[in-house]
Amino acid sequence: MKARVHITLKHGVLDPQGKAIGHALGSLGFEGVGDVRQGKVIELELAETDEARARAEVEQMCQKLLANTVIENYAIELQA
Amino acid sequence: MSADPNTIRVTPNIAAEHGLTADEYAKILEIIGREPNLTELGIFSAMWNEHCSYKSSRVWLKTLPTTAPWVICGPGENAGVVDIGDGLAAVFKMESHNHPSFIEPHQGAATGVGGIMRDVFTMGARPVANLNVLRFGAPEHAKTRYLVGGVVSGIGSYGNCMGVPTVGGQTSFHASYNGNNLVNAMCVGIAPADRIFYAAAGAIGAPVVYVGSKTGRDGIHGASMASAEFNEDTEEKRPTVQVGDPFTEKLLLEACLELMATDSIIGIQDMGAAGLTCSSVEMADKGNVGMDLDLDAVPQREAGMSAYELMLSESQERMLMVLKPEAEAQARAIFEKWELDFAVVGRIIDTGRLVVSKDGKVQADLPVRPLSDEAPLYNRPWNETPQRPLIAAGDVPAPNSINDALLNLIGSADLSSRRWIFEQYDHLVMGRTVQRPGGDAAVIEVPDRPGKGLAVTTDCTPRYCQADPFEGGKQAVAETFRNLSAVGARPLATTDCLNFGNPERPDVMGTFVGAIKGLGEACKALDMPIVSGNVSLYNETNGKAVQPSPQIGAIGLIDDLDRTARIGFGGTQHTILMLGDGVGHLGASLYLREIAGREEGAPPPVDLAAERRHGDFVRGQIEAGKVTCCHDISDGGALVALAEMALASGIGASVAMPHENLPHHAFWFGEDQGRYIVAVEGDGADLQDAANRAGVPALVLGMTGGDALTVDGASPISLGTLRETFEGWLPRYMAGEPA
Amino acid sequence: MKAAIVVFPGTNREVDMKDAFERAGASAVMAWHGDAEVPDCDLIVLPGGFAYGDYLRCGAMAAHSPIMKDVVKKANAGQPVLGVCNGFQILIEARLLPGALLKNASLAFVCRDVHLRLDHAIKPLTGNLVEGDVIRVPVAHGDGNYFADVETLKRLEGEGRIAFRYVAGPGEAESRANPNGSTADIAGIVNEKGNVLGMMPHPEDATGPRQQSLDAVPLFAGIVEALS
Repeated sequence: MKARVHITLKHGVLDPQGKAIGHALGSLGFEGVGDVRQGKVIELELAETDEARARAEVEQMCQKLLANTVIENYAIELQA
Repeated sequence: MSADPNTIRVTPNIAAEHGLTADEYAKILEIIGREPNLTELGIFSAMWNEHCSYKSSRVWLKTLPTTAPWVICGPGENAGVVDIGDGLAAVFKMESHNHPSFIEPHQGAATGVGGIMRDVFTMGARPVANLNVLRFGAPEHAKTRYLVGGVVSGIGSYGNCMGVPTVGGQTSFHASYNGNNLVNAMCVGIAPADRIFYAAAGAIGAPVVYVGSKTGRDGIHGASMASAEFNEDTEEKRPTVQVGDPFTEKLLLEACLELMATDSIIGIQDMGAAGLTCSSVEMADKGNVGMDLDLDAVPQREAGMSAYELMLSESQERMLMVLKPEAEAQARAIFEKWELDFAVVGRIIDTGRLVVSKDGKVQADLPVRPLSDEAPLYNRPWNETPQRPLIAAGDVPAPNSINDALLNLIGSADLSSRRWIFEQYDHLVMGRTVQRPGGDAAVIEVPDRPGKGLAVTTDCTPRYCQADPFEGGKQAVAETFRNLSAVGARPLATTDCLNFGNPERPDVMGTFVGAIKGLGEACKALDMPIVSGNVSLYNETNGKAVQPSPQIGAIGLIDDLDRTARIGFGGTQHTILMLGDGVGHLGASLYLREIAGREEGAPPPVDLAAERRHGDFVRGQIEAGKVTCCHDISDGGALVALAEMALASGIGASVAMPHENLPHHAFWFGEDQGRYIVAVEGDGADLQDAANRAGVPALVLGMTGGDALTVDGASPISLGTLRETFEGWLPRYMAGEPA
Repeated sequence: MKAAIVVFPGTNREVDMKDAFERAGASAVMAWHGDAEVPDCDLIVLPGGFAYGDYLRCGAMAAHSPIMKDVVKKANAGQPVLGVCNGFQILIEARLLPGALLKNASLAFVCRDVHLRLDHAIKPLTGNLVEGDVIRVPVAHGDGNYFADVETLKRLEGEGRIAFRYVAGPGEAESRANPNGSTADIAGIVNEKGNVLGMMPHPEDATGPRQQSLDAVPLFAGIVEALS
């Protein structure tokens, strides 16, 4: 089973990289772009085949290591 | 690429695609007595390209002075080694990563820094200082800002993570580099003088060990790319650029040094350009042996790699070692502790052949010796560079005001502060940086030898080399001598990184030959042998070469760090003197280019005897504790040097031209060589006497004090204005303001 | 006094730290991240560097090293712990200190001298520095931009746990005081008990006779005196 974890900064946490991207888009002539937030995607290959158990496992991984829950949110996507 | 490229029959066309000429391919057929398969052809092309074989430059490199009683190892190994006393040796080298840095500036520059550090620690030295030379296109050029940003962040990312301070270098801009920026990285390391490690692989039967990162399809044909001229298709070469992993290299450094402290290694070689090919051939060749390689044992990052790909991959952060057989287990434990791959991938054999196997089949079987010794050697035709006319000082118009000219110069792309760059480099890690970037030479304290200093610098003035390669070559060496002397260091030795255009064009080859002759003459006269180096040719785009850039890196020794000099004024009411004299030489100067808008004329000649006399005098005064503030006069001339001294200390000065023999702008902005500015307590009479006795001209220019620079009684320029002008250009430019 | 300096893969300022403690008259031993226990000592130090290459997030993987379990245990039991730069990042990832360290506002690594004011003396970790003292020390980091939510900031302020703040030095522009965009100019904070100090700047590089500032000598001298 494959898991894809999306990690994004929580709202209210300054994202200087997102700001820089937004600025660059503006100077390239892309108008109408509002707030830009940058995050990361982590792809995992899991031996686990049961979806509920896999989700619980990845949840643990996010809590313990993959995300810093002080400043980051995460979302888990599973693919059989 | 198909699973087994060795099923492809090699034709002269395929050989040509590998950069081999018809003659070179014929020679390969003659050497092996049959058609090579594709892997074998790849190995030959990697060994015989310009980057590995120096086929266009070797004839001339041999003319350079490379020996001195204090030289432990000259060119030919991973880096040069010089005895610095107290049982220690300095190990250093400079290398180019020009083409990769143009294609992907961040990664290209980063892996250049990684490569040069590996060269140094491969020899058993812990890197203690990094420097770099960056030559970019015109600031107005569309790509320049992007390249500056990427290269600087790349250098920083690698050196900072490794924990090696980046303490100095040079950055300049010129339209000749628009399509070919230069990124030259230098590293200096310190090792016990009696424990230097070399490449030669000795004992028959000894294990060949691969350590470091896994091999992927990185930069296959990178070494060949580095010797191919750019054209419009270059953008497509992006996938062959390697990505650096400084974290792994840091582990590799620590693991190698830990292993080197034991008695386990027979030979060791970094896998740089042409990876496994170059390292295995060089080790076997230097040891007069053969090598049996089993590619199935090579740690691999990607599936299905062929022998061809494994032999030519340029994945970074890898090393090849030959171990004493009994040391294998201990070595494995060290590398496993550092979580690095460790694999026995072969044995030393006595046949003198390189035998490469994979999937139970022999994939290449070649004689080692001809791969390096019979590499092509060209004595390329060359044209002497025509002499440019001397420009008399009186023929260069005076500026509207000396003050305005000074502000224009120190606020220009080439003379403004490099703070925006060096603040992105950790220049303090290790805690031994005694003189930070921004002075003449950087100075570090030698680890475990309190009070002993090592001074390091890199220099070259490409516009002089373009005007006159011979004088420019001399000047590059002379300026390193001067920068080392200005901090009180005894110059020891140099490394060179020779960046030129296409050597197949006689005019370009002529600039190379001229520069080599100049370097050689200066190195002899100043007792600074060249102990390591690198040649980068084909730096040109659509037939236009970069300015000839024979970059010199040099090291010097300071026996007592309490006796050194800095560029900042040491106090107020000190007397400012100029040591050395000039004719107000403005040909090929920055004044001529920036203020008069002309790039012409002969460069300032370098009188090597005077250079030596003046440098020895200055150093003697510093060693005697009589001079503690000193700055050499270089780009932009005396007034620019004075402005830098004032800014470095926050103390102003009032100066005046001491005679009326020259137009004022020629005196203040002339770039005559062999000169220094010093500031001493009192009236400077003692120093003048000593200088006279030593045959060194010494002229009083004025006094330190106040918070402004006053020149020839004109209105004072406040230090605030000077600082704003000097510090402003680069940050504003990088923030997107027009150049 | 004996300091144990924890070395992670990628740590690179452990020697600077050892030198600083030795100059102050203490002894220092290196502790390996893979060990289960910190050797017996008076002070645990997490030095600067790029543990695990700063990959994922600075300090994130180091915070899960085997030795960190013991560091957390001892810190909770009251043993003094000092984390500098990457060490501060690791303390935060290990949740021994609150908040987060984000990328510098400039998005670039910064290495230069800064000025720090001691706002709250916290014994023994701020040594012999006196509240209001301003010291010149270098920074060298890419991710030193301290962030905490409003509530946490209030608590830190209210409980006097903001030890160091960036201030402008003599003649220095206010705009250059804060090198990384840190909230409220925060450069160093302590935990509730005051036995764990994390700071981004490098006081250890301002203690040697050939370093360009000796301003952090009282900090190290005071720690060593107090713990001897």
